Amino acid sequence: MQPGLPHYLAVSALLFSLGLLGVIARRSLLVMYMSLELMLNAANLALVAFSRFNQNLNGQVMVFFIITVAAAEVAVGLALIVALFRKRQTSHVEDLASLKL
Amino acid sequence: MPQLTDLLFYAFAGLTLLFGFLCVANPLSRNPVTSAMFLVLTIISMAGLFVLLHAFFLAAVQILVYAGAVMVLFLFVIMLLDLKEEERRKLNAIAVGLGSVAVLGLAGVLVRALIQAKPVIGAGTQPVEGSTKELGRILFQSYLLPFEILSILLLVAMVGVILLSKKELK
Repeated sequence: MQPGLPHYLAVSALLFSLGLLGVIARRSLLVMYMSLELMLNAANLALVAFSRFNQNLNGQVMVFFIITVAAAEVAVGLALIVALFRKRQTSHVEDLASLKL
Repeated sequence: MPQLTDLLFYAFAGLTLLFGFLCVANPLSRNPVTSAMFLVLTIISMAGLFVLLHAFFLAAVQILVYAGAVMVLFLFVIMLLDLKEEERRKLNAIAVGLGSVAVLGLAGVLVRALIQAKPVIGAGTQPVEGSTKELGRILFQSYLLPFEILSILLLVAMVGVILLSKKELK
């Protein structure tokens, strides 16, 4: 069976679900962050597939923007995690239950 | 007789999902470095899917930016923090159980919607080519202002990261 738009969207949906599972089940801030990246990538795959099968390149430009914003977001997020780790000596979300530093 | 590209799609899709699963829920190792390595493999398999979708430029960017820059940043931070005790923690069984139920529900809803969806009319006829030339033309004509705003966003992120990484956080 020739893979069409639904096949790519199914892969994207499953990958997004995997990312969500990582955010919910894993308790390490870094692994949760990686799962977020997985979810962003799933959205990218859906956009590229739509772009291909609707004969419209705008979706790919959107993916380009998403990749750039994700890179900026990773830099800021990891800096926050490092700053938090310096203060609290942990990156485990269950140890970070209070808002006060 | 299936074509080579069809087989490649199933290969890359399977690899993407397998590596994605091993990234978030590896039954053998809870080490963040293992997760990061499997995330790199996921991203590379996904670049293969992008090539099958004729998005060649995005496939290259995906490998350069994600697998190259972003994951190196992740690995730097993992090495910077001492995460030995993460492996000794036991998982919260309630969170894992309820999370799995929620995620299975979400996946079920999404896949069901896909099965019920009507096929795109005229799909596959003269598909677009995501060549660098075409993409660049759109990027610098229709999307010039968002592109410039994006460069400012990167500058803001850079300044913010430098401020956050200073020794004394006031």
